[in-house]
Amino acid sequence: MILTLILLPVVAAIAMLGIRPAAVRRCLLIVVAAAHAILTACAWVNLPAPALDGWLLLDAPGLLFLGITSALFLVVSLYALGYLSREDWGKRQDFEEGFLFTNSRESVFLCCLLLFLGMMTLVTVSQHFGLIWVAVEATTLTSAPLIYFHRHRRSLEATWKYIMICSVGIALALLGNFFLAVASTLSENNHVPMLVSNLIQSAPQLHILWLKAAFLFLLVGYGTKLGLAPMHTWLPDAHSESPSVISALLSGALLNCAFLAILRVQQVCVAAGQGAFGQDLMVGFGLFSMLIAAAFILRQADFKRMLAYSSVEHVGILSLGVGIGAGAGYGAMLHAVNHSFTKGMLFLVAGNILAAYHNKSTRDIKGVLTVLPISGILWVAGFLAIIGSPPFGIFLSELTILKAALDQGQFVVAICYLLLLSIIFIGMATIVFQMSQGRPAGLPAEAATNPDSSSFLIGGESALAVIPPMILCAVILILGVYIPLPLQHVLKQAAVTIGAY
Amino acid sequence: MELWIDILIVLLILTNLKLMGSSRLSACIRVVALQGILLGILPLIAGHGQIPFRVMLLSAITIAVKGMVFPWLLLRALRTSNARREMEPFIGYSTSMLLSVGLIGLAIWMGGRLPLPVPLKSPLVVPLALFTIMTGLLAIISRRKAITQVLGYLVMENGIYAFGLTLAQKEPMLIELGTLLDVFMAVFVMGITIFHINREFDHIDTDLLTTLRD
Repeated sequence: MILTLILLPVVAAIAMLGIRPAAVRRCLLIVVAAAHAILTACAWVNLPAPALDGWLLLDAPGLLFLGITSALFLVVSLYALGYLSREDWGKRQDFEEGFLFTNSRESVFLCCLLLFLGMMTLVTVSQHFGLIWVAVEATTLTSAPLIYFHRHRRSLEATWKYIMICSVGIALALLGNFFLAVASTLSENNHVPMLVSNLIQSAPQLHILWLKAAFLFLLVGYGTKLGLAPMHTWLPDAHSESPSVISALLSGALLNCAFLAILRVQQVCVAAGQGAFGQDLMVGFGLFSMLIAAAFILRQADFKRMLAYSSVEHVGILSLGVGIGAGAGYGAMLHAVNHSFTKGMLFLVAGNILAAYHNKSTRDIKGVLTVLPISGILWVAGFLAIIGSPPFGIFLSELTILKAALDQGQFVVAICYLLLLSIIFIGMATIVFQMSQGRPAGLPAEAATNPDSSSFLIGGESALAVIPPMILCAVILILGVYIPLPLQHVLKQAAVTIGAY
Repeated sequence: MELWIDILIVLLILTNLKLMGSSRLSACIRVVALQGILLGILPLIAGHGQIPFRVMLLSAITIAVKGMVFPWLLLRALRTSNARREMEPFIGYSTSMLLSVGLIGLAIWMGGRLPLPVPLKSPLVVPLALFTIMTGLLAIISRRKAITQVLGYLVMENGIYAFGLTLAQKEPMLIELGTLLDVFMAVFVMGITIFHINREFDHIDTDLLTTLRD
């Protein structure tokens, strides 16, 4: 069952390369995404048996992140269906600088997309630290061609920075893995296997100094992939230059995978009685990430970069939540769910705006609500959700984290947290309201042609472009009002597992 | 045997110094290839007594990938680009050499302060690993050409690999192969990206990639 989850997208990815008709390829994408989601749902109902001697196993945190990844992928692939049919596959002009460029081939794009899904699934089910490393690095390599989908100089620059910075970061995580191996060498011929469960079992005997060093390197290494400041420098470039479909997946699914890798080490640290060491570091990195995000969101000139910096902010909140510990762990897990769906929705809507305006400037674009009635409303709703206003889910998770901080008497942390959240609120509000209101401006000179006239239209927009973000919007709205019992149970289990309940 | 290990380690340190001191890109690629081959030999003579089959197999794969496939890929990328030399690095060659010597001292000092739970055959292995990692990082931040940065990444990876060799605990074969495969794919993807950068910009100077910023 677990093996099927991983192999299904990988096999389909290879098949993609051999399939000629575009319609068949796109159908296959939807079929695989749906099958993956159904299998994941089965895993939620009935926990699958471990595979490969316990190397692949689904526990609560893994199940949670697998669920997020699979659900988001299904919705995003629906959007991708419309996106790919609207794309112009010949040579065309760049919106910003005016040079000509082409796209990479659709079969390669879809192949990498499915491989990417397979590797993210592998991260969520791996229990062996070595395997986690292999899978996380594989997600970098399979997503690099996705960022370079539009073949022009800006996306190329973003891709180069992405591969180089993430590869170096993940190499540091490999060193952390080796440190962990040293920590688990009890004597010359007695080693603890690098499985999470084995390490937790013999945690009291581990070498504390090496364990701490390992945690540090793994945090910095996977933190690079997660986008924690100051290792976040690749993130705004990659998120702003990749197609919106990919930005949504990078922000909503990939960041969680890196976060899960850090949680695994934290589990071992907690078991070894060193939880406080890791927690302090995570609070520090978390607040610093929020600070950097706040500084760059204010007066940001590119709305996709604004969303990217908002991702830096939210991984900061995730890290902060785990760092505060007792009580906040539940909030952090809930926040991961909320943030993934909210940010996924925002990036998809950003894609619609970009397609209509041919412009990413927050200063030129005006009147989104008039030009794109549905996307405009979703854009404003997504903004309200992401800055944490009720009744959306993020309000609840941010409040849980705040409450935990206050309960523990960490007033300085709580004050910094609130202050940074309000600065980001002001920064994003200025940009979003300027963009959405007013008389339409910033539209391209020639009337936007609608090559997708054959498909259903809703409020003048293609159905496949607005229904996926609508679904995500409904999900975060529901999560703000009512959290289903199975989800509540898994969130609680996950928080207990990482020692922060 | 101890003598051979020490000789090998000294040779590895010299490859690092040579990398920091040469400006010709093809020479740099060959030095890193040599380093890969030496690293492949290291586990063969660092083991106790009979060499297990899996160690021999891994050594052979390491030598093949790091000593032959990577240099071939990178030399090909170099040939398609019009770059031959590292022009005006951010840190000059003589400064780089001096810095490297300082780093060796730092690595030996740090190696002495890290108590390993299991005694090693040579006390120089950990300092070598640390020095190699630091050289790789230095190459990544101080050089302009994309190819030199890939070489820096490879050297850093070599250092981490050398550290892994010091552990009595061997990771399962699957993981070692997976790690190697990932590094291989990374270099492959970086090579392709360099090819595209060269076609798009007519140069591979990464410090000129500055369109995206806030």
